[in-house]
Amino acid sequence: MVWYFDLPYWDPYLVGVGIGLLVCLAFLLSDRPIGCSTAFVKIRGLIEKLIRGPKVEAMEYYRQIPPRVDWQFMIVPGIMIGAFFSSVLGGTFSPGWIPPLWQQTFGGTIYLRVLVALLGGIFLAMGARWAGGCTSGHGISGSLQLSVASIVSAACFFAGGILTAMVLIHVIG
Amino acid sequence: MNLTILRKNERAQVVLGLLIGIAFGFLLQKGQVTSYDVIMGQLLLIDFTVVKVMGSAILTGMIGFYLLRNRGLVQRHVRTGSWGSNVIGGLIFGLGFGLLGYCPGTVAGAVGQGSLDALFGGVIGLLIGAGIFARVYPVLSKKILNRGAFKSTLIPDLLHVQEQTAVVLMAIGIVVVLGGLEILGF
Repeated sequence: MVWYFDLPYWDPYLVGVGIGLLVCLAFLLSDRPIGCSTAFVKIRGLIEKLIRGPKVEAMEYYRQIPPRVDWQFMIVPGIMIGAFFSSVLGGTFSPGWIPPLWQQTFGGTIYLRVLVALLGGIFLAMGARWAGGCTSGHGISGSLQLSVASIVSAACFFAGGILTAMVLIHVIG
Repeated sequence: MNLTILRKNERAQVVLGLLIGIAFGFLLQKGQVTSYDVIMGQLLLIDFTVVKVMGSAILTGMIGFYLLRNRGLVQRHVRTGSWGSNVIGGLIFGLGFGLLGYCPGTVAGAVGQGSLDALFGGVIGLLIGAGIFARVYPVLSKKILNRGAFKSTLIPDLLHVQEQTAVVLMAIGIVVVLGGLEILGF
């Protein structure tokens, strides 16, 4: 069994089956879909609370998504830890600023990559909260419950993503 | 019932959230979908790893969820969507998805495997974006998010079929797409 964890990567279909079972387990044990974007609202709210005090909790959005350490919050640090173990065991852990495709297209300037990533992150969080979920919350957990809103959202994630990536890599790059 | 007690135990749920997160991150990284090149390869339509992972996850999860729900062990968590929320928000998400090259879950996984652009660009950007959204939310929720509500909440209502028929149709659709990708050599 241990040797299997040492493989750098697993078959994508096997990984998908694992994620599908994990989503079922989350529904069973926690009565929740697995979603990630809510955690970023909670982390942001907690940081604001540290700086501006408890009045932050009175904001309308934070009353809906209270900034506290709970199930939804823990998913994101959990993913970081899980991916860290997976990459260390598989020998794929490698600190770096610039992914190969970006390097080929735009070269090795770190600040350019970080700036575009930052901008992307801002739109990503706004879009996820606007649509009420992300690739895991809508794309996987919502779609498998046969939710129309989730399937429409996922289609728009990919339509917008494909258009943006094509323009970024083929037109600008 | 024990499940009800477990679901209400906040401390146990914090631990469960962490453990489910760890398993999720482990799977995402082993599936290579925490890699910028793999995600961008999907958006550029040259690498279909993301579709393979998501397709088989939806297929497995859909059947599992259906069986568990028939036994009364799980309940649905769905909302009725709208053009103002899901379509506009989804396209803004897509813009960010293409620029960043990760989504909110995979960006966390990328941080775990050492991608510093994911940490200092992606995560910081997400925290800024979440703060902006919290500030515009009161206006959005009044004026945009409910615009053009969808008539159906679930696929079975949309297609006027029974739930099990919708499950079978979705399963066939996913198998056809994944099988097609294999035949085409992706």
